Amino acid sequence: MGKINIVQAINQALAEEMERDRDVVILGEDVAKDGGVFRVTQGLLDKFGPERVIDTPLSELGIIGAAVGLAAYGIKPVAEIQFMGFIYAGLEQVFSHAARIRSRSRGRYTCPMVVRTPYGIGIKPPELHSESSEALFAQMPGIKVVVPSTPYNAKGLLKSAIRDPDTVIFLEPSRLYRSIKSDVPDGEYTIPLGKAHIHEQGKDITVVAWGTMLHRAADAAEDFDCEIIDLMTLRPYDEETIINSVKKTGRLVIVHEAPRVGGFGAEIAALVAEKAMEYLKAPILRVTAPDAVIPMARLEDHYMPSPESIKKAYRTVMEY
Amino acid sequence: MPINIIEKIEIKYLQIVNEKGEADSSLMPPLSNDEIKKLFETMILARTFNHRALSLQREGRIGTYASIWGQEASQIGSAYALDKDDWIFPSFRESGVFVEKGYPLWMLYRYWAGDERGMQIPEGFYLFPMSVPVGTHVPHATGAAWAMRLKGHRKVAAAYFGDGGSSKGDFYEGMNFAGVFKAPVIFLCQNNQWAISVPRARQTAAKTIAQKAAACGFEGIQVDGNDIFAVYKATKDAVEKAKNGGGPTLIECFTYRLDDHTTSDDASRYRTEEEVEVWKKKEPLIRLRLFMEKKGLWTKQYEDEVSKKAQETVDKEIQKAEAFAAPDPADIVRYTYGELTPRQKRELKEFGWEK
Repeated sequence: MGKINIVQAINQALAEEMERDRDVVILGEDVAKDGGVFRVTQGLLDKFGPERVIDTPLSELGIIGAAVGLAAYGIKPVAEIQFMGFIYAGLEQVFSHAARIRSRSRGRYTCPMVVRTPYGIGIKPPELHSESSEALFAQMPGIKVVVPSTPYNAKGLLKSAIRDPDTVIFLEPSRLYRSIKSDVPDGEYTIPLGKAHIHEQGKDITVVAWGTMLHRAADAAEDFDCEIIDLMTLRPYDEETIINSVKKTGRLVIVHEAPRVGGFGAEIAALVAEKAMEYLKAPILRVTAPDAVIPMARLEDHYMPSPESIKKAYRTVMEY
Repeated sequence: MPINIIEKIEIKYLQIVNEKGEADSSLMPPLSNDEIKKLFETMILARTFNHRALSLQREGRIGTYASIWGQEASQIGSAYALDKDDWIFPSFRESGVFVEKGYPLWMLYRYWAGDERGMQIPEGFYLFPMSVPVGTHVPHATGAAWAMRLKGHRKVAAAYFGDGGSSKGDFYEGMNFAGVFKAPVIFLCQNNQWAISVPRARQTAAKTIAQKAAACGFEGIQVDGNDIFAVYKATKDAVEKAKNGGGPTLIECFTYRLDDHTTSDDASRYRTEEEVEVWKKKEPLIRLRLFMEKKGLWTKQYEDEVSKKAQETVDKEIQKAEAFAAPDPADIVRYTYGELTPRQKRELKEFGWEK
């Protein structure tokens, strides 16, 4: 056991999977010599060599597109896109190819790859470095979408993602990279995709969040008896854990840092409305960013759901 | 200070058999008479397949289809230069490539009839399902070729696309990666002069598509795409180079799409009959026929027999395609992931598809 941060946890997961499976390669911009702009892949070039830790041209479409071919042939690419705002150039490769090749070929070809990218606000970077467009990916059948929230689950989830037979979009909360530490066991472990984790047990309010917002939602719960669910996988997501919790608490608050309209919270709210309506004691509330483009550094604190706005939602459902 | 020339780019054009069927024997690849006849017979089979596909579409028995008429030499000459275990990433206008590789024709008809099982590529074939979004499969060929290199396999990957596809970023980014990582890949561009209604001159101001390889640091060559020997030789040379560690090659097959873009198109809206007539005279089967006749390899009777056999083959394949059981609606869900998700398991029941 030892306390490490998320950067270290992901680095360990990558190193262990590369040791375990010779077909795992890392590719992306600045991932080799520089160890990645967040240093997530630091030291891996020395350990595994330039054939497996690969600096690519500055070409997101090329990275994801080549990874589709690598994966189809039997290499297990772990592609890094430097920031989520730059992944859009490769979207067609994800949506039209990675997500569908198993279906289009009726199982003959598959695309087991991982696309890692830092997402979210909170590190005061330039424009388009703070995207939180997880819902865009979570709508697309054929891929999986994973968002870790702690060093422990980042490591276990990434190891599962690398071993998964399908394409996994792995969204790393950049704000949390070095800001939280947790104990990570020395030995081998994985965390299954598609299962949520009950971060805190509670009786009165079910709170669903992921990534950065998980911690904000938990911190705001001090004066409330919240059951806080860390969703971890957004596609396919753990419907059962959410429904069971709402049946117990009768209240649901969802917190995410993407805008509300068409955000993943809408899916969760609709699910609960369909499956657990009669258990609800209050309207379902979503605490989200406003319906606007993500601002630059000076305004980003205003954009992100604040502890006050989350507490207000908790109070509202309790007082309804 | 003098201004120095630091790089010069020269683009070769390869033609081996001219429109009169006369061959330059110094360039002729070593193909036996049997092989030449095999190429001819494959072209007839591909053309027969294609012709019947167009009829089936008119009869409502298959859906929209993209004709290969005029491009048979580009497709069959190049595919013949690829080994059975080389990987091929085709576009949607590649029936000739599938036919040359011996792909079950009934499966192709199934695909064009709207059945994904037609692209459930059987074991022993290394074709990827044809790419419908234009040019986006170019990086896949690069990736697969790169994987071959990483695994130490002595094979190549080939991407087939058209002049329209060469305008896509995917084309450039896929080629650029291939250049940087010396991937053993062949980029086969069939410049058929038209991307639906937009002429080749609107795709690029460059004189050739072949020269685009220069920007990626490897050779591009233009070949007469209606000369099956030129296409075969250029591809064969590129394959040898790639297998020997020499990296990628771009081959621009200069050809012409004689038919409409697809069965949903009407080319008379944007090009003249005169232009098409000029190209009809240059179509690849005429040329191969003239060449073979000079060599004593062709007679009318021989061609009639070959055509009859092709008709019979295609008839049988159509029968097989149409007798094939309808697809199972559960297939819609079944192949999304390696395993069904809990939601999908419920939905199979909900939609009434569970057996």
